[in-house]
Amino acid sequence: MPSIVKPLIPLAPLAKNELGLTIRDYEGAMSTLCAGCGHDSITAAITHTFWELSTPPHTIAKLSGIGCSSKTPTYFVRGAHGFNSAHGRMATIATGAAAANRELTYIGISGDGDSLSIGIGHLAHAIRRNVKMVYVIENNGVYGLTKGQLSASADIGTRPKKGEANVVAPIDPIMLGLAMGATFLARSFSGDKEQLIPILKAAVAHNGLALIDVISPCVTFNDHEGSTKSYRFMREHEVKEVVTDYVPVREEIEVSLAGRGTRSVTMHDGSVLTFRTVPEGYDPTNRLKVEEYIREHQRHGEIVTGLLYLDESAHSMHEINHTPRDGLNKVPFSVLCPGSAALEDLMTDFR
Amino acid sequence: MEPTDVEDPNYYHRVVDCQWACPAHTDVPGYIRLIAQGRFDDAYLLNRASNVFPGILGRTCDRPCEPACRRGRVDGTPVAICRLKRVTADLKGDITDRLAPIPHEKNGKRIALIGAGPSSLTVANDLAPLGYEITVFEKYDQPGGLMRSNIPNFRLPAEVLDEETGMIIDRGGVSVRYNTPITSLRALLDEQFDAIYVGVGAPRGKELDLPGRHDDDEHVHIGIDWLESVAFGHIETIGRRVLIIGVGNTAMDCCRTSRRVGGEEIKVMARRPREYFKASPWELEDAEEEGVEIVVNHAPKRFVVEDGRLVAMEFDVLEWDDGARHSTTVGTVRVPCDDVILAIGQENAFPWIERDLGVDFGEWDMPVVDETTFQCSRPGVFFGGDAAWGPKNIIWAVAHGHQAAISIDNYCSGIELTQRPSDTMNLVSAKMGMHEWRYHNDYNPSKRQQMTHVDLTERFSSLNLEVELGFNAAQTAREAQRCLNCDVQTGFTASACIECDACVDICPVQCLTITHGGDETDLRSRLSAPSPNLDQSLYVSSPLPQTGRVMVKDENVCVHCGLCAERCPTAAWDMEEFTLIAAYAGSSVLRIAVPATPGRK
Repeated sequence: MPSIVKPLIPLAPLAKNELGLTIRDYEGAMSTLCAGCGHDSITAAITHTFWELSTPPHTIAKLSGIGCSSKTPTYFVRGAHGFNSAHGRMATIATGAAAANRELTYIGISGDGDSLSIGIGHLAHAIRRNVKMVYVIENNGVYGLTKGQLSASADIGTRPKKGEANVVAPIDPIMLGLAMGATFLARSFSGDKEQLIPILKAAVAHNGLALIDVISPCVTFNDHEGSTKSYRFMREHEVKEVVTDYVPVREEIEVSLAGRGTRSVTMHDGSVLTFRTVPEGYDPTNRLKVEEYIREHQRHGEIVTGLLYLDESAHSMHEINHTPRDGLNKVPFSVLCPGSAALEDLMTDFR
Repeated sequence: MEPTDVEDPNYYHRVVDCQWACPAHTDVPGYIRLIAQGRFDDAYLLNRASNVFPGILGRTCDRPCEPACRRGRVDGTPVAICRLKRVTADLKGDITDRLAPIPHEKNGKRIALIGAGPSSLTVANDLAPLGYEITVFEKYDQPGGLMRSNIPNFRLPAEVLDEETGMIIDRGGVSVRYNTPITSLRALLDEQFDAIYVGVGAPRGKELDLPGRHDDDEHVHIGIDWLESVAFGHIETIGRRVLIIGVGNTAMDCCRTSRRVGGEEIKVMARRPREYFKASPWELEDAEEEGVEIVVNHAPKRFVVEDGRLVAMEFDVLEWDDGARHSTTVGTVRVPCDDVILAIGQENAFPWIERDLGVDFGEWDMPVVDETTFQCSRPGVFFGGDAAWGPKNIIWAVAHGHQAAISIDNYCSGIELTQRPSDTMNLVSAKMGMHEWRYHNDYNPSKRQQMTHVDLTERFSSLNLEVELGFNAAQTAREAQRCLNCDVQTGFTASACIECDACVDICPVQCLTITHGGDETDLRSRLSAPSPNLDQSLYVSSPLPQTGRVMVKDENVCVHCGLCAERCPTAAWDMEEFTLIAAYAGSSVLRIAVPATPGRK
């Protein structure tokens, strides 16, 4: 009899994190995506990230919209809060949730369709507001759920499984982020957890919206010869010159960071991000340089990955708006809604 | 590490821990699957192919397979392999017409087997279908050897023994001369047999020469002789208070038999602490359930005989250091008793082998026997079972019998004894379709099923009442599902891998890793999960096409759930059913040169 349920094995020699939980405690339901989908690898990277950070599952909120990518929050951290919103609206729901409750760690999972087509306006505004959240775009260049039409992130010249090569310019979420004033921009590849997990950890620590564009091959519709988002194309065209290490707060005391990397950035929560290597002349805090570097490589058909841009000095949504320190959800109802008499007074001011 | 050579049958064979640990290499997962399908005849025959006596071993085997069973590493208790083996014997139908036919036309070779115990009968089982004329010399009037004389009927009913020995003896090609002890090898050699196999076991119980030993011989017994006398009806009673000296499995049979022939206050006296006992844990439990007391740290000192009658034994009370290597005596106690049974081991005895026949004897007055060919220094004379290297157990005797049969067949065919047929394997994909496998790939969390015993109130009503009732249908069904199907192997085709990580992510025990190559210690330090069990192999693939990294699998706690193959987009992983094709006498397969292993001196 067949079974595709991942069993719990009592004596498996699994390590435990600071909370005494194993990696299995950070998993979710069995994935129903196609076997070999890049999204499943990203799910596993997120699982590892939260397990390694010892984030209590009940302090995580996972949000998504519609698409293959947006199914994936079901597949990690089953003990977390979750919201599966309308198509393209993940960013708005996340903004509202983050405005109300400041205590949760927000992670939004979206795709190239959800974020770069129908939801691009919401993404732009979430970036602009600098909502404190991790925003992952699982970017495979096709609409998988509707059988593989090319999406807004498809490169010029890339070939779909059937039909003509793409002639329309792609939207690059990193370029969009640079233009919109994003404060944390990274690109990675689903097949490279060694790179993706430290980026995810830094994203969790970042005080603002951390946008991570993860190239995630669609094995069913976009992993063929001629595709620019296949496993093989990525492995042949990826430029991994920006290498970062993430050091959580608790390890900082023992580790001497002086001289370890080319540049260290202390994150908002006290953890430290170190750029171990960056290319000659590259400055991950200089928007213009970053854009120039990425465009230069794009001209040669190369895909630059790594934590590409970081501004840890910017204010997040709560600081910009001077929201209450404890969060709106802790403000008594009588204060939040002072009644019709107070409304009358307010209206009088405007007359 | 170099890429693992999975063409070598031994690699996958080792993954099947139970089969690898079994001296006769029984295809355990194979027969358990057949049980699960209700194919008891097939399950019995698959068992019989390797271990010859499934019904007997299903009750009495020493079970080297169970401590090795992967399930023990996964949930703490192994699959009840031995109990399931008994199920095949209990529920089979008439299988006689499916046994290998015995040819009417003989090959002209005559073989003498000395003793009708498990090793000799295995030789007969393997050689009779090849046309050999087998003559078995047995000192008693019934076949079975130690299985008949030393294992009490309440553990092994005579009908089971009769049936399984009968499958070998009663089908032609084998004649047994009962009541014919061999008293001279020279005389036997004069009968001009083409080969002689010595399977006489280790028939002499060890003595305990302490003061007073022979002052009341009537009440001091040698364990295996006493069990034999009970088995053949020569002894029917014993005193009320019985002391058993020694704590091996023979001691367990002695104390439980005493309980059935009049013993009421029975103590098993052990020199060492409990964790150093030779008896199997389950046999200790069964004895204690029957009210036998097990006394540790008592070393026998003397027999106390008053007026010619044994009244007690004196013991030194010992204290042991850590590891129980050295002891100090802290006192002496006298334990009153009516009878004493000595069960402190067995020895070989070959008074009937003349020392001028070219059969060399070495240390301990044991024959020098080659460990590969089982031949002694005189060509054409072979040894096996307990007679070769001292007491082991039935399943080893069977394994020896198979190997000796190969040697005898070679010897009689003029082939070098070291040119032995090689083990080979079959590997067949278990994939049936989308999410469909030829085996139950889900992990069943059931606990090990407990054997039901006859109530204590009824148990002693008859000496021959079998205590274990066997598994019922529900127990059988649940226990069969606990098997992890370790023989359904995870086959990997490196050239098809696109390194998407799906298998690494899905594995419930994190036994897969894609990483750059290295030596074994280095690789073990870089795996997805800790790799604490160095006895288990690492599978290492050839370099993967896209990055040149390697796929590494730690075989330790793989539960063979098939999820890696289930989630693999390119079928680089496949579940493949492994069947060991073990070589037996007459196997028409490639012969390979196996170096002779000189016997122990």
